[in-house]
Amino acid sequence: MNQSKANGWLRRFHQLGSPPSVYDLAQRLSPWVASLCLILFLVGLTGGLILAPSDYQQGESYRIIYIHVPSAWLSMFVYMVMAVSSAITLIWRMKLADIVTRASAPIGAAYTFLALVTGSLWGKPMWGTWWVWDARLTSELILLFLYLGYMALVSSIDDRRTASRAGAVLALVGVINLPIIHFSVEWWNTLHQGPTVTKFDQPSIAASMLIPLLIMALAFQLHYVWALLARIRSEILDTERRTAWVSDLMSQSS
Amino acid sequence: MGQRSDEPVVVTDFLAMGGYALYVWPAYGISLITLVLSIVLPIRRHNRLRAEISVLLSQRNEGGSP
Repeated sequence: MNQSKANGWLRRFHQLGSPPSVYDLAQRLSPWVASLCLILFLVGLTGGLILAPSDYQQGESYRIIYIHVPSAWLSMFVYMVMAVSSAITLIWRMKLADIVTRASAPIGAAYTFLALVTGSLWGKPMWGTWWVWDARLTSELILLFLYLGYMALVSSIDDRRTASRAGAVLALVGVINLPIIHFSVEWWNTLHQGPTVTKFDQPSIAASMLIPLLIMALAFQLHYVWALLARIRSEILDTERRTAWVSDLMSQSS
Repeated sequence: MGQRSDEPVVVTDFLAMGGYALYVWPAYGISLITLVLSIVLPIRRHNRLRAEISVLLSQRNEGGSP
């Protein structure tokens, strides 16, 4: 009995990771993730742009925080996801993990780009310059190059499995950059301000400013899931185009 | 006096962003474009792939396999 139960779970697990069921699940989850994401954006933007008071030092310019900080957090979170899925790809050669890594790279690159651009637009009025070669900014720029490097490497190798493994190794090596980004404002004397939210003691930000920020962070998180699901679906369709289930799917829909 | 007459001032005040409009709104604009594109582009690629695959399948079916 235990044996059959274990087999049942194992089968479930395999089914869960099989391309047709992932494709189907992604399709069914998308509208829910999308609606929740849009609602959170609406609430977060209302709270951040209209309800939150202006900052006593930075005036209204600080409102860039509501997109700058969530995109910076997500730029690192997505890389973490890529590192984990890369490890799974290398160790267990799981197809789905590789698909997640490939699908995440352009989304992570987009958040990194946003963190850099919105930071630059914030830095100009506050620091008087668009860019400085400061530790935080430089390590975030390296993150962008890691994403772009991963994408370039994977697309330059014709054999899919070799490409996946090479990309996974690159993604794992690049993980060293994440703690450097996070601690850069503490390790080096930088122009970039220190952490305000992720400090271990009391966050040095008022609740009326913090709550919209956390809602925006959640909205960005769901945006990542939404974009990921969309990319996973096309990635699966692309790699599975010659299989029977895809032709079945097509004949059902037409 | 009433709320109505204040409204235009409130809206222009909001758009002015305390003098930082030139930094705040471009930041939000670029973010909107980037976030929308990262959803729209994969969905369009997905639809294109579906169309491509159905064309290939129908060609194969017409191509005389019984």
